[in-house]
Amino acid sequence: MAVRFTTGDRVTVRDLEAEEGLRGHMRAPVYCRGMTGEIERLCGTFGNPETLAYGGDGQPAQPLYRVRFQQSQLWPDYTGPTRDSIEIEVYQHWLKAAQP
Amino acid sequence: MTDSTFQSKAYHDVGGDDFGPIPLHDGDYQLWERRVDAMMRLLSSPSVGLMRVDELRRGIETLGEATYNAEPYYGKWARSLAAIMIEKGVLSCSELDAKIEELRAERGLEP
Amino acid sequence: MTQDHHAHHHDHSHDPIEAPDTSNSDTALLADALRLVLIEKGGFSAQDVQDQLTLMEGRSDRNGAAMIARAWVDADYKAALLANGKEAAKTLGHDTKGTPLVVLENTEDVHNVVVCTLCSCYPVTLLGPSPEWYKSKAYRGRVVRDPRSVLREFGTDIGNGREVRVHDSTADMRYMILPKRPPETDHLSEAELAALVTRNGLIGVTEL
Repeated sequence: MAVRFTTGDRVTVRDLEAEEGLRGHMRAPVYCRGMTGEIERLCGTFGNPETLAYGGDGQPAQPLYRVRFQQSQLWPDYTGPTRDSIEIEVYQHWLKAAQP
Repeated sequence: MTDSTFQSKAYHDVGGDDFGPIPLHDGDYQLWERRVDAMMRLLSSPSVGLMRVDELRRGIETLGEATYNAEPYYGKWARSLAAIMIEKGVLSCSELDAKIEELRAERGLEP
Repeated sequence: MTQDHHAHHHDHSHDPIEAPDTSNSDTALLADALRLVLIEKGGFSAQDVQDQLTLMEGRSDRNGAAMIARAWVDADYKAALLANGKEAAKTLGHDTKGTPLVVLENTEDVHNVVVCTLCSCYPVTLLGPSPEWYKSKAYRGRVVRDPRSVLREFGTDIGNGREVRVHDSTADMRYMILPKRPPETDHLSEAELAALVTRNGLIGVTEL
């Protein structure tokens, strides 16, 4: 699977459960779905856990990124400083380029 | 912000939920629990290759919420491992039950 | 385990709860039976299990602590550690079993803290077995949403001038914190520095 994003790109986490009816083992926590953040780095390419979890081969392997979000965007009631952040590992098929 | 409607969140997906103060203890695992950890590491090692950590997780995520909440950490692992081994046909439910009864007899427990 | 424990700055809580013996519980019997049937079927041997237990007992946060102390005294090692944690671990004889390691540096500007909200991902080869609280729903649930108050429960108060950055270990990376070197430690040897590094400091819930 070709690498689509690079450090600094703005991306939105998809919700494949709602969009495509994906069920079963998924590694994108609900709290980051639909949220927009920035690619911190590409971690490499890894087998897809959605099939590995059922004895599959995990192919096609997926690029994996660390995506940085602002806490205040994830949690509207966040009380800490606006620069507080969170980084989450997200596989490429869960990401789309953010709307400008 | 999201434009999708979320399904009800899976019980293991707890990020953002409030379960109160952090229980600040380290845990002290008994031999059977440490052996579960060892067993998982062996099953997922290249030389045995019967399990992937992804399968262990999926097994834990399908225990059901009541079992997930009631079982200790390695209890969840043990139940997941057993389910996956049965699913893969490595062993049968009846073989497992027979061994459990054997252990009960050995240890003088009620059948 | 309530208020007074939150004031403690130590890694290990005092007055541990005397855990009841669960070795004859239904789950323990299932676990033991599973192991014995797998041994009978030749999946692995009883000796393999014992060897694995011995290997696991040899793993502790002292592995990670040694890496941190080296990074404090050796700028090249620190650069290597931040660039590729897995390879830097290897140069000190620690094998992460192929798992990539991301090392996050705490600075005057940023304080990092690690969690796995979906399960319990943790760099066991470098930190030993993870503490029970790390796997609790309370920690996993709250630290991503209210990290500063969670840190305060560990006795850690991060000023509003510093960014708190939470790392949710959701996939294939494992994380270890490079804590700030404590002040007035210039005279200490590498081994003495390693002794200052606590497990909770390597997770990021405390400072040193």
